[in-house]
Amino acid sequence: MSVQTQIGNNIQGNDKKIVIAMASIGLICAFLIVLTYQGTFSTIEKNKAEALEKAIFKVIPGISKTKAYQFNQDQTFSATNSNDAKIQKVYAGYDSTDQLKGIAIQANGKGYGEVLNVLYGYDPDNQKIIGFFVLESKETPGIGDNIEKESFMANFNALDAALNDDFTKIKNEITTVKQGKKTNDWQIDGITGATITSRAVGNILSASTKLWVPLVYKNKKSFLINDNSK
Amino acid sequence: MSLISHKKSEKGFFNSIADHPSTDEFIKGVWRENPVFVQVLGMCPSLAVSNSAINALAMGLATAFVLLMSNILISLLRDFIPKQVRIASYILIIATFVTLTDYTIQAISIDLHKSLGAFIALIVVNCIILSRAEAFASKNSVGKSILDALGMGLGFTFALLCIGGLREVLGSGSFFGYEFMPYFFEKWVIMVLPAGGFFTLAFLLLIFNSYKMKNSKA
Repeated sequence: MSVQTQIGNNIQGNDKKIVIAMASIGLICAFLIVLTYQGTFSTIEKNKAEALEKAIFKVIPGISKTKAYQFNQDQTFSATNSNDAKIQKVYAGYDSTDQLKGIAIQANGKGYGEVLNVLYGYDPDNQKIIGFFVLESKETPGIGDNIEKESFMANFNALDAALNDDFTKIKNEITTVKQGKKTNDWQIDGITGATITSRAVGNILSASTKLWVPLVYKNKKSFLINDNSK
Repeated sequence: MSLISHKKSEKGFFNSIADHPSTDEFIKGVWRENPVFVQVLGMCPSLAVSNSAINALAMGLATAFVLLMSNILISLLRDFIPKQVRIASYILIIATFVTLTDYTIQAISIDLHKSLGAFIALIVVNCIILSRAEAFASKNSVGKSILDALGMGLGFTFALLCIGGLREVLGSGSFFGYEFMPYFFEKWVIMVLPAGGFFTLAFLLLIFNSYKMKNSKA
C-alpha cells in the first residue's frame, strides 16, 4: 500500500523509484527463468538425445542400430555410453548384420541469424556424404528453412568427400554454388533467395569434413563390430 | 493519467469478478473484438505459422499462455511500475514468459519446437500482448485481466485455427495430419505457401465483416 500511495503522489516519480522498480522486475524475471530452466533441463536433454537418435537413422540410410563413439586425446575413437555433452562424439550406424554403414557427425556454425546445428552421415567405404539433417535452426521461415526441403536434401545423397592419396586431407573442399550451377560431386547446389543459409551449410560441412573425415577414415577399423566379442 | 485511474479498481480479486459483467470481458476477445479478425493485430504469426492446423493451435496456445501470464503479472504490479518505464517493464515481463514457453515447448516436443522455429521468440513482439498489457492489464484488476487475457488468447487461437485449418485442408488435403480428402482431390499447393496465408486471411475477413455489416443493419 505504501508504495502505491507514494507513487500516486509523485506521478513525476524520481530516478530512485524507477531503478528500484526495474531492478525488482528484472530479479523476478530472472528467478522465473532460472526456475523453469532447472525444471525442464533434464526433459529437454532427453528429448534432444531422442531427436538425435532419430536423426542418425535419417542420415545413414538402411541402418538398424547405432553406437556412440567418443574422440580421445590420442586421436582415436572408443565406444562410450556417456551422456556428457562436453565430450566430442560421433555415431556409427550398422545394418541388421552388424555391417558398418556410415558415421554420423554433428557440426555447427553460423547461419543467417543464429547457430545452425546439423548432422551428416559419412560413408568411409565410398568416401561420400550420404545424408544430411538440420538439428537446430532459427533461419528465416519460408526462406532460410528451405535447407530442410527435400530438393536441397538431394544434394547429400552422394556428396563427394574423398581424401587425397595419403588420406590426410580432403581432396576437394565442399562448396556451395549458385542454384543450377552444380557440375562436380563435391558441390552443393545452392538455393536462390536463401544464398546465405545455403552457403552456411557448405561452410559448416567443409570445415567439419576437413577436420573429421581424415580422423574417422584413419580410425575406420575401430568402428567395426568385432564378431568374436559376442 | 493511467496511474490515477488505478484507484478505482482497488477492490479484492474475487469481489471484482463478482461485481463486473465478467462474461463480457471474456466474450469480447473471442468475438466482438477478436484480435485477428477485428483488431487485425499480430498478423506476422497469423500468416506465417498457420500453414497447418497443429502449428496454428500450438502457436495460438503459446501466445495465449504468454498473454495470460503477463497480464496477471502486469496487473499485479500495475501500481508499482512507474509510468516512465512501463513499456520497458512490460517487454521484460513478456520476454520472460516467452522464454518459459520456449523451454516448456522444448520439453514437450522437439519436433513441435522445430516447426514453430523462430516464431516462439517472436511472441515477444506480438502486438496483441503488448496492447493488452498497455490498454487493459495496466488499468484493471487481476480478475478482469485474467478474463481479458483468456478471451483474447482464445480469440487469437480460434482465428489461427480457422486460417490454419482451412489452409491445411485445401493445401495438404488433411486436418491435424489426418488425410481424409478423396484420392482425386488435387492439393492447392499455394495454400501452404505464404501467398495462401494472405488469401485465406482476406477470405475470412470478408466473411467476418459481411456478417457484421448484415447484423448491424438489422
